Amino acid sequence: MKSRPGFVLEVDKSTPPILVWHGEGFKLQKMPTDSRVLYPKEPIAPLEDPDGAITHALDNPIGDSKPLRDLLFPSMKLTIAFDDVSLPLPAMEAPDNRQRVIEAVLNLAAEKHVEDVVLIAALALHRRMTDAELKHCLGERIYNSFAPHGLLMQHDAEDPTNLTYLGKTDKGEDVEINKRAADSDLIVYVNINLVAMDGGHKSVATGLSSYKSIRHHHNVATMQHSRSFMDQSKSELHSSNWRIGRFLAKEGIKIFQIETTLNTNTFPKQFSFLQKREWEWTLKDRIGFSSVSKALEFAPDNIKTSIFNSIKAPHKLTSVQAGEVEAVHKVTTDHVYHQQLVQVEGQSDILSLGLPYISPYNVNSIMNPILVACLGLGYFFNLYKGKPLVKKGGVVIMSHPTPLAFHPVHHPSYIDFFDQVLSETTDPLEIQANYEQKFAEDPWYRHLYRTSNAYHGVHPFYMWYWCAHALDYVGKVIIVGGNYKAVKRLGFLSASTFNDALEMAHDTVGSHPSITHFHVPPLAIAEVN
Amino acid sequence: MITDNLNNKKIAITGSTGFLGTALVERLLHLNETCELFLLVRPGQRISSKDRITKEILKNDCFSILKEIHKENFEQAVTSRIHALSGDVSTDGLGLSEDDQQQLADCDIIIHSAAAVSFDAPLDQAVEINLLGPTRVLTALKNAKDKFNNDKQVHFVAVSTAYVSGGLRGLVKESMPNTDPNLLEVDIKGEIDFARNLRKDLELQSRSQHKIAEFEKEAKHQLGAAGKPIIAKKSEGLRQDWIKHSMVQSGIKRAQMLGWPDAYAFTKCLGERLLTSNITSERFTIVRPSIIESSLKYPYPGWIRGFRMAEPIIISYAKGLLKEFPGVPEGTIDVIPVDIVVDNIVAVCSSIDSDNTLPKVIHCASGHRNPLKYGMLVQLVQEYFTENPLYDSKGQPIVVPKWSFPGRGRVQGQLHKTVKVLTKAEKLLGGIPVRGHKAQFISELEEKKSLTERALSYVELYGAYTETEAIFAVENLLLLKSALGQSDPLLLDPTEIDWNYYVQQVHLPSIIKHARVKTAPTKKDSQTRSSKALKQILSDQRQMAVFDLENTLIASNVVDAYAWLATRHLDGFQKAKLVANLVKSAKSLYVQDKKDRSDFLRYFYRNYQDALQGQLRSDSVELLTDFLIKRSFPQGIARVRAHRQLGHKTLLITGALDFIVEPFKHLFDEIVSTTLSVNGSGAFTGELENLPPVGEVRAQIMADYAKANNINLKESVAYADSTSDLSMLEAVGFPVAVNPEPKLYTLANKRGWHIESWSKAPHGPKSILPVYNSKSSNSPFVQTFESVRDAFVNSINYIKESK
Repeated sequence: MKSRPGFVLEVDKSTPPILVWHGEGFKLQKMPTDSRVLYPKEPIAPLEDPDGAITHALDNPIGDSKPLRDLLFPSMKLTIAFDDVSLPLPAMEAPDNRQRVIEAVLNLAAEKHVEDVVLIAALALHRRMTDAELKHCLGERIYNSFAPHGLLMQHDAEDPTNLTYLGKTDKGEDVEINKRAADSDLIVYVNINLVAMDGGHKSVATGLSSYKSIRHHHNVATMQHSRSFMDQSKSELHSSNWRIGRFLAKEGIKIFQIETTLNTNTFPKQFSFLQKREWEWTLKDRIGFSSVSKALEFAPDNIKTSIFNSIKAPHKLTSVQAGEVEAVHKVTTDHVYHQQLVQVEGQSDILSLGLPYISPYNVNSIMNPILVACLGLGYFFNLYKGKPLVKKGGVVIMSHPTPLAFHPVHHPSYIDFFDQVLSETTDPLEIQANYEQKFAEDPWYRHLYRTSNAYHGVHPFYMWYWCAHALDYVGKVIIVGGNYKAVKRLGFLSASTFNDALEMAHDTVGSHPSITHFHVPPLAIAEVN
Repeated sequence: MITDNLNNKKIAITGSTGFLGTALVERLLHLNETCELFLLVRPGQRISSKDRITKEILKNDCFSILKEIHKENFEQAVTSRIHALSGDVSTDGLGLSEDDQQQLADCDIIIHSAAAVSFDAPLDQAVEINLLGPTRVLTALKNAKDKFNNDKQVHFVAVSTAYVSGGLRGLVKESMPNTDPNLLEVDIKGEIDFARNLRKDLELQSRSQHKIAEFEKEAKHQLGAAGKPIIAKKSEGLRQDWIKHSMVQSGIKRAQMLGWPDAYAFTKCLGERLLTSNITSERFTIVRPSIIESSLKYPYPGWIRGFRMAEPIIISYAKGLLKEFPGVPEGTIDVIPVDIVVDNIVAVCSSIDSDNTLPKVIHCASGHRNPLKYGMLVQLVQEYFTENPLYDSKGQPIVVPKWSFPGRGRVQGQLHKTVKVLTKAEKLLGGIPVRGHKAQFISELEEKKSLTERALSYVELYGAYTETEAIFAVENLLLLKSALGQSDPLLLDPTEIDWNYYVQQVHLPSIIKHARVKTAPTKKDSQTRSSKALKQILSDQRQMAVFDLENTLIASNVVDAYAWLATRHLDGFQKAKLVANLVKSAKSLYVQDKKDRSDFLRYFYRNYQDALQGQLRSDSVELLTDFLIKRSFPQGIARVRAHRQLGHKTLLITGALDFIVEPFKHLFDEIVSTTLSVNGSGAFTGELENLPPVGEVRAQIMADYAKANNINLKESVAYADSTSDLSMLEAVGFPVAVNPEPKLYTLANKRGWHIESWSKAPHGPKSILPVYNSKSSNSPFVQTFESVRDAFVNSINYIKESK
């Protein structure tokens, strides 16, 4: 399969309306003439023999590392940590990369008679995964052999008895990680690099860490100096994680990193029109679009949510590499860039985004207003290398219904953050200074994070900090078709149509602004010259 | 000045805490600087007669002018001239002490104005006060005089009513009692005996088996399963209400049969007759005012005390509630400002009748000299409220209805019909299991019904007064007026009233002020009220917040919890069977729960028999996510946390089992729940270890907890959803009804309790049936199927329940 590269379309009179995501739905939007639409590269061809590639990677490590089989010995403590439910998006069709890789690792461990093996979901401050989610990501076989014996654990960043404090980096960052991982002879970390931000030292340094440690890089200053966090060389977030990662290595924590990348084949056949260029839609695509849109229009909200949550993506493994963290991650990042980088000439006054129904933090859940802000300004805005797609002081127009709804189990502290914090201020620095600690240490949130399936009390703050760079940089944020109350509380402007939003943008960017629309799916990273 | 005749006089007054009496006290003190007043006041249970005088008379704004005149000397100038006589006109001999008797004997003038003025007083009360009262006072006076050998000449002034004339038409003369041939002779002693025996009879009847059953049924209908003590209190209240109602009705019926409009006029008339037959040598005057309303000039225009006959009708009209009222538009409605009545009494008291020529009976009415036509009054009122409308709760001006003056029978008929329809609708809809805002509709029905019933009672009680065709002659009043000098400031003549001015500038503004109704289109009334209430609830003055669980914090109940736990370890078929069984028994469980929550819990918890304690306890962690949090009302959880942050103690009281609510221990300071006892092998026996904390037990638990923690319950808040939690809500100073069922909604509305409407998170996960779902399936097909199934089960339940 030959995939065509991404490109920037100059809209003219003959350009058909463009598909724009709008939460649990989408619409066709006629773009103004002379505006630009960024089309991602088509999905690249997957590996033909994924299991063979995995075996090959384990036997032929990159960087300063022995092959995995040589690192295993019978009396050892082996901990296999893996990315949680926030990756990939949407969840992939079985078998998941993690299942393939961990099965291979476990086969080797069995060969080497390793008996003390524990699996840990690297949650950081994310919610605990449900049994169904664990089963999907690891496969029934692994789940059934580990879970019933208590050998499949989920990292608990609030369990003082299960954390090891290792010291401070030269920049004063506290390093505290999961005790079992710290005590192990080897940590095998299995991840999925959906975007360039994932993986590397961030896997262990964040995934298996505690609030005490994470707060050093998940804060407003770091986020404002990560430009962007899809570009490690310019990301303060990554610099901090790398310092912690190197500190761990210095402390003798042995990590064998296995990273996988996916192509951008995001949606199953019935949604294939989503990732096609509109002028190439066939009759089948048109019928597909009309029928799906109509069905969604009439479906009740909870049915819509469950339809989308049931989508499993057909994305496939494009690379797997193993060995020493930094060397592995360099190759991984190149693979991600290979699939996702699109060259864009110059910035524009307005960046237009259609926000989909999913973000890393609402898998099988509800996209609440804070996550909408984070997906638009934290993620999509940051999908750049070099310069942002929008000029400084420009306008971001996002399309999403932004319902005033929160998942009671997953996002309890979000509800209070929205009601009690955003009602007072939307300034990230003020929020960090005045509210973060109270939420982070709240015993009820802690209880729900530890025993239920709730994100940590501090998590909504991170979502807001994620937006800090964009909030600092852009002049105006407009949400099209959002719940007025919710949008207002976020501190943004509310427009009922895209054209209204353009009108509202005029006083910031003049009456003839340049416009770039970021077409998703699939995902792309704009390399702006 | 004529009032100089009152110099150094001692004047005893009864009924001084009433509308007329208060004005009279003020006026006498105002007009004459040396007379002394002896006020016969009934002592209260915890308050002496003297304190009642200070509190109920002198603090009234009737005295505001006097206070301004005397400033800091008010005490000296006024109160030093007032003496309390502690007694009661409904007791023979008035219950006076030796000293008080001596003081009474020494009085120059007695003004008897005590009366049961309400037209719907129970018959025996009207008899004791209105019929026997005047004679009792006279007798007490005579006895005191004999006892202390005081032969001072005394002037006995009795305040009666113009309506003693009963149903007479045309010009009614100021004739002496018992002299009008058109009024029936009545055996007074017989009437007294009848009234006294009637109460005894009714007391007996109200204790009959079928009456008791009726009261209990009604109490349960109104309050649901509120617990025995509350139901008992309500039943007893209903019994007493029934006796009172029957006494009132008997009074009206008896009076009307004999030719009087109601028991008030009837007993007043007999009171006059009895008094005059007992008068021997004493000078006496009977003053008969018509309908007394707010003052024209003194102490200031528009002064009024309490809500009288016309006010509730006018306010109801202004609120658009009285669509029609009977009356004859060209008939005269005889209204007289209170200050004219007072001044006439003062004039009577000041007059000297050395040759016994002054009139013994004086009408104090407007109809003869300055009639106010009923049609004109209605027009003035309508004009006024069109110009100055009241506003409804949404800030919209209320348009007043135009009356067409139908006959009384027709209006009564229409209202009766309306009450009947509303009662049926309420009974029918009351059975629907709805909550919160949906319950508001049913509660509004009930409110509408009570408003209509009130309208009906106005029509029944006061209709006669708007249809009266009597004109009360005031020849004697004019005679009295002619005795006044030029300089006398007394306001005797009804011709002084300019009705336009009086109705629109004086009376209506005054009663609007008193009624505290909305006269400006301000913000939503209920909204400001609710935000005010919320502020109080979340004030740092509060000390504790007590929460009920089911339907207050989570949308669930003990049956759901059982089904969830029970199905957790079952396969598909067994699961379906268990659910089917529960659905089958839903109706009987529902009925039992409504009857007695405690019995229901005992019965239902037997289902746990033989379940392993350890197993269920370990399930309870997952229960937190799947059961408690998913079904929780986020606003409720936030409220608990808000209370805790304010430093209030938070307490959860629930009939649910301890291991089910155990994950909530981090949310509350203390959880009181039900515990099942465990046998030797670690299995539940199905029996309860403690009294389930439901109904009245909750109030006790709260009281104990408050005492142990040094908490004042009056400074605490309680949240609950049903009348079965009434004892818990009533125990605190700040009750909050959460998603109330119709009965509680109505109650909360009546008592001004804060109402919260909390719901599950919108778009949130929907667990259709309370069964454990191992796959937590996301398939839209499964969910659709389940919602259809759920709708089906619900509709079956609904049909069953409404039957």
